[in-house]
Amino acid sequence: MLSFSLYEGLVYGFLALGVYLTFRVLAFPDLTVDGSFVLGAAVVAVLIINGVNPFLATLAALGAGLCAGMVTSLLNTKLRVPALLASILVMVSLYSVNLRIMGRPNLPLLREVTIFSLTSQLLGLENRLTYQLVVAAVLALIVFFALNWFLRTEIGLALRATGNNEQMVRGAGVDTDKTTILGVSIANGLVAFSGGVVAQAQGFVDVNMGIGMIIIGLASVIIGEALFRPKGVARLLLAALGGAFVYRLVLSIALRAGMAPGDLKLITAVIVIVAMAVPFLQKRIRREWLPPAPRW
Amino acid sequence: MIALMNGNNSLLTLQRISKIFSKGTVDQVIALDKIDLDVAAEDYITVIGSNGAGKTTLLNIIAGVFPPEDGEIILNGRNITKLCEYRCAEFVGRVYQDPHVGTAAKMTIEENMAMALLRGQPRGLRAASNKQRRELFRAALAPLGLGLENRLNTLVGTLSGGQRQALSLVMATLSNPAILLLDEHTATLDPRTAQIVLDLTDMIVKREKMTAIMVTHNMEMALRHGNRLIMMHKGRIVVDMNQEQRAGLTIHDLVVAFERASGEEFVDDSVLLRPGNVVGSSDL
Repeated sequence: MLSFSLYEGLVYGFLALGVYLTFRVLAFPDLTVDGSFVLGAAVVAVLIINGVNPFLATLAALGAGLCAGMVTSLLNTKLRVPALLASILVMVSLYSVNLRIMGRPNLPLLREVTIFSLTSQLLGLENRLTYQLVVAAVLALIVFFALNWFLRTEIGLALRATGNNEQMVRGAGVDTDKTTILGVSIANGLVAFSGGVVAQAQGFVDVNMGIGMIIIGLASVIIGEALFRPKGVARLLLAALGGAFVYRLVLSIALRAGMAPGDLKLITAVIVIVAMAVPFLQKRIRREWLPPAPRW
Repeated sequence: MIALMNGNNSLLTLQRISKIFSKGTVDQVIALDKIDLDVAAEDYITVIGSNGAGKTTLLNIIAGVFPPEDGEIILNGRNITKLCEYRCAEFVGRVYQDPHVGTAAKMTIEENMAMALLRGQPRGLRAASNKQRRELFRAALAPLGLGLENRLNTLVGTLSGGQRQALSLVMATLSNPAILLLDEHTATLDPRTAQIVLDLTDMIVKREKMTAIMVTHNMEMALRHGNRLIMMHKGRIVVDMNQEQRAGLTIHDLVVAFERASGEEFVDDSVLLRPGNVVGSSDL
């Protein structure tokens, strides 16, 4: 169960990293996620079914996600649609787009060549969980190091500063529209990448598989922050991944304990509420001063 | 044409600058009314005037926060009237009234300095900070005497208002901008800290031979700092004194000058309540 949660934590970890980028780094409430997750899965499925190399197909999913994020952020920065509304609009439109890409509500991938089946052949690994874990771990390492490097570059620093103090960033000569577009695009690229990998692992794509993904991503980020209290870029990224793992572990335990799969959404919501409420209640008990409630 | 505009030794020239807010509505406000201003290189101008006189609007126009309705801004012979804020940043360093505006709270001192270092320069995929840049940051922070140079990894949000404002000042001047705009940058600080930040300002402006415009509500501060004094009223510059003209003047003289120039009686609680020399006072 632990290694299964670890694997799931890693593949949904990309989703968590994407959500971390928008919500925490950019302070951009982005709900595109529910749509771009399926977009990645749909692109991967259609390309693989048409005989494209699965690694290329997974990269294409990343690219498709980048585009979805770009649309959301362009709506926000160039047409001044509020971020929340812009992302909901794109999320809803993506449902239609995904249906168009897939041609029907679900596509099986069981007998197709995926990044997992290719790797298992290449390395001669028989155990499904082993090779899934290997693929997920390698991808996670690549993404982690890439993000950890990027967020420390001059552009990456400007991106992080944009979410913190936009006025100061413009004053330093940076076009904050551009950093926002870049950040939201990368975030949705990661989310679509996650969708593409998950689709190949579970062997099918369903047009509704994205529902609640934003909450799953947020749950991972919030759990990671509550548990690891991270400081610094690398630790924050690791906390998002770690949060995704813990979240998956809790879900597995809940399923083992006899909860129905349909209950998982409710459990997810409860996890988020608990993770947010506990630090607050702790302070309350210590009678610390508390700022008024944030509105989003 | 450039030579023509830059015929004198002026660094920054504002020509007939007008700014009207909510134009064409009942709320229409003429914030700047055909302002002409010549700023010579190494001028250190203090700007005073009551609320709504257009002081901050003047700074915002120079910094490119919004374009003027009419008129032109020439900097070093280049027309920058239409440049937006992030493009103007190449020439303009700015310290705001609120220490929170000039610095990013959730980032470290080092990260804030790294943002400021590249003001107006293209940013690439190089590391934002390295050993050489850290040395530069330390060297720039050390003269403040606040020990910030040894706390590069401290989050800026944990600094006091005075420390943040001193940091803002260093950040605004780090890349040697053509002009430094100070928008009541000591107004929210306690009198002692305000004096420290003000002394630091004078020191940096002098050391870097900067051209600066400092807006203030404090008449005494306006008299004692800089080399030129401008008084604004209802979107116009009503008094403009150079170093010799303002030498030896008292706050009372300024009030008289204001009343003569504007044709109105000067009403400002802070002046009525606190005449004379209040050392290090900071008006609200």
